[in-house]
This record gives sequence, structure tokens and C-alpha cells, in this order.
Amino acid sequence: MNFPILSTLIFLPLISSFFIFLSREKKNNISAIYISLFSSLATFILSLFVWYSMDNASADFQFLEEQAWINDFIKFKLGVDGISILFIVLTTLITPICIISCINSVKDRVKEFLIAILILETFMIGVFCSLDLVVFYLFFEAGLIPMFLIIGVWGGPRRVYSAFKFFLFTLLGSVLMLVAIIAIYWITGTTDVIQIYEIKIPKEYQNLLWLAFFSSFAVKMPMWPVHTWLPDAHVEAPTAGSVILAAILLKMAGYGFLRFSLPMFPLASEYFTPLIFALSIIAIIYTSLVALMQEDMKKLIAYSSVAHMGYVTLGIFTFTKQGIEGSIFQMISHGLISAALFLCVGVVYDRLHSRMISTYGGLVSYLPKYSFLFIVFALAGLGLPGTSGFLGEFLVLTGSFQKNYLVAMLATFGVVLGAAYMLWLTKRVIFGETKNDQIKKLKDVNRSEMIMLGLLALLVILFGFYPVPLMETFSVSVDNLINNYEIDLKTGGLN
Amino acid sequence: MEYAVIFLPLVGSILGFFGKSLFKYFSEITTSLFVSISAVFSIILFWNGVQSNAYGNFKIFEWISSGNFVANWSINIDPLSSVMLVVVTFVSALVHIYSIGYMSHDPHKPRFMSYLSLFTFSMLVLVVSDNFLQLFFGWEGVGLCSYLLIGFWYKKESANNAAIKAFIVNRIGDFGLAIGIFLIFFYFGTINFQEVFDLAPQFIEKKFVFLSFETTLITLICLFLFIGAMGKSAQFLLHTWLPDAMEGPTPVSALIHAATMVTAGVFLVVRCSPLFEYSQTALNLVTVVGMITAIFAASVALVQNDIKKIVAYSTCSQLGYMFFAAGVGAYHVAMFHLFTHAFFKALLFLGSGSVIHAFKDEQDIRNMGGVRKKLPYTYVFMLIGTLALTGFPFLSGFYSKDAIIEFAYLRNSSLGNYAAAIGIFTAFLTSIYSWRLFFKTFHGPYNNLKVPINETHESPFLMLGPLLFLAVGAIFSGYFFKTTFIGHHSNDFWQSSIFFLNEIKHDPIPFWFLILTPVLVVISIPISYYYFISNKKILEEFKNTNSPLYNFLLNKWYIDELYELLFVSPAKKIGSFLWKKGDIGFIDRFGPDGISKLIKKLSDKAGIFQTGFIYDYAFVMLIGLSILLTYLILN
Repeated sequence: MNFPILSTLIFLPLISSFFIFLSREKKNNISAIYISLFSSLATFILSLFVWYSMDNASADFQFLEEQAWINDFIKFKLGVDGISILFIVLTTLITPICIISCINSVKDRVKEFLIAILILETFMIGVFCSLDLVVFYLFFEAGLIPMFLIIGVWGGPRRVYSAFKFFLFTLLGSVLMLVAIIAIYWITGTTDVIQIYEIKIPKEYQNLLWLAFFSSFAVKMPMWPVHTWLPDAHVEAPTAGSVILAAILLKMAGYGFLRFSLPMFPLASEYFTPLIFALSIIAIIYTSLVALMQEDMKKLIAYSSVAHMGYVTLGIFTFTKQGIEGSIFQMISHGLISAALFLCVGVVYDRLHSRMISTYGGLVSYLPKYSFLFIVFALAGLGLPGTSGFLGEFLVLTGSFQKNYLVAMLATFGVVLGAAYMLWLTKRVIFGETKNDQIKKLKDVNRSEMIMLGLLALLVILFGFYPVPLMETFSVSVDNLINNYEIDLKTGGLN
Repeated sequence: MEYAVIFLPLVGSILGFFGKSLFKYFSEITTSLFVSISAVFSIILFWNGVQSNAYGNFKIFEWISSGNFVANWSINIDPLSSVMLVVVTFVSALVHIYSIGYMSHDPHKPRFMSYLSLFTFSMLVLVVSDNFLQLFFGWEGVGLCSYLLIGFWYKKESANNAAIKAFIVNRIGDFGLAIGIFLIFFYFGTINFQEVFDLAPQFIEKKFVFLSFETTLITLICLFLFIGAMGKSAQFLLHTWLPDAMEGPTPVSALIHAATMVTAGVFLVVRCSPLFEYSQTALNLVTVVGMITAIFAASVALVQNDIKKIVAYSTCSQLGYMFFAAGVGAYHVAMFHLFTHAFFKALLFLGSGSVIHAFKDEQDIRNMGGVRKKLPYTYVFMLIGTLALTGFPFLSGFYSKDAIIEFAYLRNSSLGNYAAAIGIFTAFLTSIYSWRLFFKTFHGPYNNLKVPINETHESPFLMLGPLLFLAVGAIFSGYFFKTTFIGHHSNDFWQSSIFFLNEIKHDPIPFWFLILTPVLVVISIPISYYYFISNKKILEEFKNTNSPLYNFLLNKWYIDELYELLFVSPAKKIGSFLWKKGDIGFIDRFGPDGISKLIKKLSDKAGIFQTGFIYDYAFVMLIGLSILLTYLILN
């Protein structure tokens, strides 16, 4: 296919953000909202088309595009495989949902906010499409800027501190990754990912390069102990910002491990597995315990995200079919569930302007539909079978058990803690006596909120019972990844 | 028809939940009707199975496939699951109908009915599973419904706490079950029941070093599966949620916490008999835990005053019986007791519900008494339930419970003899606490100060009807099914669904042993009447002189307090510590905040040099120049 469909996918949001910029309307920014909604939906449909027309039976990169760019070696190269396409679809699905959520939650500078979101979408799709390290790096880091602005401009009272913390952490990692990319170029003479897969990086360089990439991905993931920016960023970010942060930005690091660390540095990945296991276990247990004690709903969900990402890193570094497939599934599922949970917090925040758990209680008597949805997502968050949250975790644990049963047992224990904090949250927010009189006047979810949350709830339950469409998409690519990894281990990384 | 049995309750649940505004009683009628049809169908299925071996496995669609980790949604009908289907749908249908009457004043009745149906569906999915993953789905699904139903009265703080406790204690059990499944998948490479059981003989010799203990693989798998069973079936140490679960409405207690969900653990052990048979260690553990639970729960039930809690502890104790039956290798007897127990325990719970209803939500038996003439039907039904539970000759409990004790004896091992002795003693205790409950509720003087005796009233027909069915079951189910379930030719019925490595032989049993339990059970009736009604002073005396023992029992061996001290408050404290000291006090302090402070300090220091006066700069330049010159000259 000659039509540059991936470039279209990437730049469609950017172009439409330009039109929003041009739109002049003082009143309620209706046209800006419509343009952005329309363009993001078009992007979504286009991405579905890419997904549909992909060949699942092939592990090769498809829809390849290549443009000469900086010099003969650094090219603007794009392509998707069974792993990346799902993240692209997740991105294009979450973006329109965020735009709908703006209708209720963003009151000033709506136009600019929408522009920021759409530019962010461009960068995020770019991350998942790029097959050149430099292009990847640019998209990966450029995404920080709109996110930084979203937190810093539309955030809560401590937004400056949070934005600064977010930036400081992520900057540290990314500088090291840049150095590593330059080093790779120097070693292999190219930054083309497919070529690097074939050239294979010599053993002596792998550990250092792996650590450099790791430092960037660990912060973005976020892994313990560099996770502390996440709760602050979430707390201060506006609802749409939190949703994108949790649903997509956190997935970039997991994707990065799969796309770069594992295939490019297989020996180092094997070497550092104990480190990853240790950090993942700490993340799961530590942050689950911390989540238990949170008084702020967004912080609680943020900490639970860290724990869930612990399962992801654990699964990826098992190098087993179940572990890696479980991780990918867990990332997609967490993208839906955490997005939904943050939207749920947003719904009541828009009405009462408080994120504190103690403000609420007894919502079920006055907001029955909202409570129903909240409970569905809380249960999905604690990994109840029949929701998508279960399968990812269970596969990861099955995979990790084959590597190290003690690690798997500790991680499984995290599931018990997960139930504790989620149910306790539900009890304090949804059930009980209604003590706050303001709650009695609240209105239940309106139509736009119902569309967003209802859609996510349907997907969470659908994929819980019938995950086959997702599993089929990445199955062959994962097989290929594991095969290459095992060959590399046997040959010692030499070609 | 197999599909209808499983999915009708689900359809009923969804219709009942979302269609409640169509017309009045819509939810009640749909859910009850659908579950009743399902019950009729499952009885037909059971009958077809007994008559013509019409069993089979129906694949609905593939659930998940990742490498060789494959699980299907499927309906597996075999003798074991067909028995469970009958128990679940039959009791469930009666409880549905009963609930229409019992919950008639509750504004959230449609939601209640919908949850009940959803529970029924999850339980059915659990029993008809042909693989461990679908079993796990049902396993957690019933846990969820139990959570929702215990916390049904969501405004009550205690109900919410009980609901969370039930879910989390169950999750600890599920943790064990999950580990068991991981082990099975790791070594057997499949999670399909039939394939696992076929492979099991090849792994008998396989050793596994677990935390420096060497044991056989199969033992380890069975131990973890059993942890799951302990959680769900409220066995000793993981039993604490069951008495608290009585916060839920009474029909829930009857359905979930007596007849069906709590027996899932027993079902799991019986289902996995092809694994357990290869591990004597695991079987012994099952026996010991079953024994301890049986006697522990019976001892606690002796002194409780809440009518539902007594019945709950009694359930706990009866589940203990089922486990030690399974542990001595008499799986079919365990299933038989599960079957009869479902009838008489549901009867007792629903009967208690009727009593509570009559006393306008009073649950303390000290505030009851003297109403046998006011509640004649309830009185008769409770009498039948009590007789059946205690194992009064020729009622259902007599056949199944005595069979457990006999088979434990026939096992001819020292543990089997212990189990038989404990079984006999527990049967005696059971009899005492059951009659205590019965006499204090219906006999003696009327003790309630809040509701005058004239206002107590018999329950409506909608509630008594289901009780009648259960009473018939409680009387006759033992007699009619004993040959099928545990007779000499019971293997023809169970076929391959239960596996015996070395079957217990039907040796002759000494006559004194056979009549020991029934005699104890019968003589305990006058004893109880004497101590609890005619002459209460003796017991009061005894209570006062032995208050440590009494308090120990009254406070349920202080296990809840122990857990609070050991797990709950430390978890909260550690969580708080890690957050305040770990994240904020350490990572942030030395991480981003520390760096920013450091940079600020350094730049403050650097700022000192920039005074802005030209002579300062000139002076520094001069000094620098002179150092440079000196250096050059010296060289």
C-alpha cells in the first residue's frame, strides 16, 4: 500500500489542532469542540481500519513508510506490528473520550486545552509507530511538553510543584536515553530499529545501553522508587490530563521495553531480570499498602496504577508467552480501567470540587447510575474474573510462576491487597449513610458522561469474557519476539 | 437444555435489574420464574444421567488462549456436576420465592432478586466448569455476589464491613487456589480437568523443594487448592467471615452461606479427587482441618445468642464433617452430606428468617420463647430441620452424618479413628446447641419486651411454601438417595467423576458403634430441655464459675481479635509508614525536592560572587592574571 496511512494517522490531529487555532468564537467554543471531536473520531476510525486490514499471521512490520530525513542514516521511518497497533487504537479511543470529558470539566481556555490534547495525540501515536530511534525519541520526549502544559496551566492549586516534579523526573531519564541512542548510532551506524535488530549490538555494550534506556522507561512506567511524581501529577492534573497520563503515557514505557530493550539488548535484559523482578514486587506490595491509606481518591488510583504497572514489568521480563501477552493485555486493560476510574472521580469533582474520600459516602442513594459504573470499574480494578483486569494479571502471574515461584507468590498476594484498597474505597465513597447534605442535591451522570463511562464499561466486560480479538492480534508478534530473544541468548548475541 | 439451565438465571438477573420499572413485581416474577425453570431442567438432567448416562461436555466458545494456556467457556455435565446443579437450582428457586415474601417491604427488592439470580448463575458456571480457569471465574463470581448481598443494606456500617471482610478473606483463599492453578499449569502444561487428571499418575514421584521443604509436587498442588477450599468453605482459620456474613438478609444466608457457595470448597476437593488421592499428606491435612473446624464451630455455637450466628457456626461445623469425610477418602459420602445438608440447613435458615420476621427483626434468642402456638407451621418446620441436622434416626442427616462417622471408622487408620471419635462427640454437641436454639426460641416463657406476643404472626404462604418443599427434602432425601450416592453400587452412579485409589471396604461394623451416635442424639433432647428450659440455674452457675471458658467460647476463641492485631492494623500502619516516611520522607526528600533545594543553595552561593561592582571584577581579574603570570614565569 502506497498511501502513507500511518503519517495520516499521526498528523491528522495536528492539522485539525491548527484549524481549532484558527477558529474564532468567543462564546462557548462549540466549534472548537466539534472540530476536535470530529477529527479525533476520524483518527479513531482510521486506526480501526489499520487494525482491521492488518495481517495478524505475520510478525513483520506493516504499513512501512520511509522518508529521507536528517541524513542517509536517520530516516523518518514508520510501521506497525501486532503489538503496537493495539496501543495506537487505545490512544485514538481515549482521546475522543477526553475531549468529551472537557465539555463538563474545562471551563476556561477550552480552545487551547483542546489544541494541547490533539498535539499530544499526535506525539503519542508517533511513539507507537516510529521505527527509528531518533524519531521515537523526539515523539517520546515531545509528549512531555503538552502534558507539562496541561498540568501547569489547567491544574489544581499545587500544579507548579507537580509539573516541575514531573518534568525533573522524566528529564533525568530521557537525557541518558539520548546518550544511549547516540552511542547506538556510533556502534551500529544506524538508528533504524529493524536494522539494529539484525546487526545485533555487541555484548560488552549491552548492559550500559540497557541501563540508559531503563532509566528513561522506569521513570515513565513508573517503577518504584521513581514513582513519586505520578500521584502528584495526577492529583493536580485536570480530569482529561489524568486520563491520558494513566491510560496512555504510562504505556509508552512498557511498549518501549518490548520494542527496544528486549530485542535490542537481549543479554542485558536477561542479566537485569532479577533487578526488574525485585522492583516490580516492591512496587506491587509497597504501593498497594500505600494506596490503602490514601485519603485522596486520585492519589489512591494513582498508587494503584503503580501497582498495576508492577505486574506489567514483571510479565515482560518473564520472557514467556503468557507473561508477555499478559503484560500487553494488562496495559490495554489498565488503559481502559484507569481512564474510567479517573473519569469517575472527575464526574464528582465537577460537581463538588473535592477529591477527598471523606467528602463523599452514600452516593448510591442519590447517584445510582454513577455508583453502578463506579462499582464495575472498581471491581475491574481489583481484577475480578469476567472483567479485563483479571486476565492480564492472571496471565502475568502464570508466566512469572514459570520463572520464579516466590516472586509469583508475592505478586499474587498483591491481588489480595488490591481487593482491600479498592473495596474500602468503594465502601467509603459509594456505600454507607449520606452524611454530606450537598450530595443529596447532586445530579446523576448526564448523557455525555454516560456515553464515556458506559462505553468503557462495555469494553472492560467484553474483553473480560472474550479477549480473543486482542490476543489474536499480538500473538504472532509475541511469538516472534520470544523466538528471537531465545536465539540471541543461545548465540550469545553474536551474528 | 444444558444451556438453558446455566443461562436462564443470568437472563433473569439482567432483566430483573434493568427492567424493574416495567411493572410492579416484574423483577420478582422474572427472576423466580427463570430460576424455577432452570431447577426443573436440572432435575431432568440429573434424572437422565441416572437413568441413561446422558452426560456430556458442551463447548460454548474459546475464552482465552495464550500458548498452551487454553481455557474454554464450557458446560460439563457429569454425575458430580449434575448433583450440584440440582442442589443449587432447587434451593435457589425456593429462596427466590421465599424472598418475595421476606423482602416485601424493602424498596430495593428488584436489585436483591437480580443479585440472587446472578449468584445462581456464577455458582452454576463454577460447577459445570471443565477447566480450572472457568472454575476460578465462578469461584470469584460467587464471592462477588456474596459481597454484594452481604452488603445489601448498604447504609449499615457493620454490613459493609462484613461484606469487605468476606471478600478479602475469600481472596486469601483464592490466592491459594491461584497458586495451585499456576503450579498445575507449570508442570502439567494444561488447566483442563480431564487432561490434568489423566496426567496425574505420571507426576507421583515428582519432588518439589518449596521454601527448603521437600515435598511431592502433587501434595503441594493439593495443599494450595485446599487453601482455596478453606477460604470458600469457611474452614478453621479462614472461617471468620462466615458468622459476620449473617449481616446480610436471611434468604442470602440460606442460599449462599448454607446450601451452595460454602460447599464449593468441598466440591473442589471432590472434583480434584484424582489429585488428592495421590497425596496422603494432603488428605490428612484435609481431615485434620475438617475435624478441628467441626468441633471448634460446634463449641462456639453452644454459647452464641444470635439465632443466625448459631446456624452459621453450625454450617461451619457441618462443612468440617464434609471435609473430613473427603479427607478419609469417602468423597461420595461428603457429597451425600453436602446434598442432604443443603435441604435441612436451608430449611433452618429460612425457618429462622420466619421467626425473625415474626419478631420484627429480633435475632437474639434470649428475647424469644413461648411462641410455638403462635407460629405453628414455622415451629413444625424448624422441628424437622433440627431433627434432620442432629441426625435423628431416619431423617436425612441421620443417613449422611452417620455414614461419615462409619466411613471414618472403616478407614482403619489412626487418623480415621480420631476423626470418628471427634465426629461422634461433635454430633452430640450439635444436638445440644440445636435443641438449645429450638427450645429457647419456641418453648419457655415469652421474653420479648419490644413486641407484644399478640403482634407476632405466622409468615405468609409465599414464605411457608418453600419451607414445605425443603422440609420434604430434609425428611426424605437421605432415605431415597442413600443407595444411589453411597450404597454398594454407588460407583455405577459416580462413574469417573470421583476417583478412588484404594476404596474403603464395606466391612461389618460393630453394633454398639452403629447405635452410639443415634443414642447420643436422642438422649440429648431431654438433657437440653432440662438444662435450657426446666432448670436454667445450673447452667448459670456453671457459666459464672467457669467464666474464662465461657468468654473464650463466646468470643469465638478470640480469633478475630488476633487477626486484627496481627494483620489488619499492621497493614494499615505499614501503609501509612511507607507513604509518609518512604515516599514523602525519603524518596522525595532526597529525590526531586532535595535536588531542587541543592540547586537553589548552590545558586545562592554562586550569586554571592556576582556583586555587580566593577572593581570587584577588576580585582578578581587582577588576581587571576597574577597567578597565571607566576605560573608561567616559574615554568
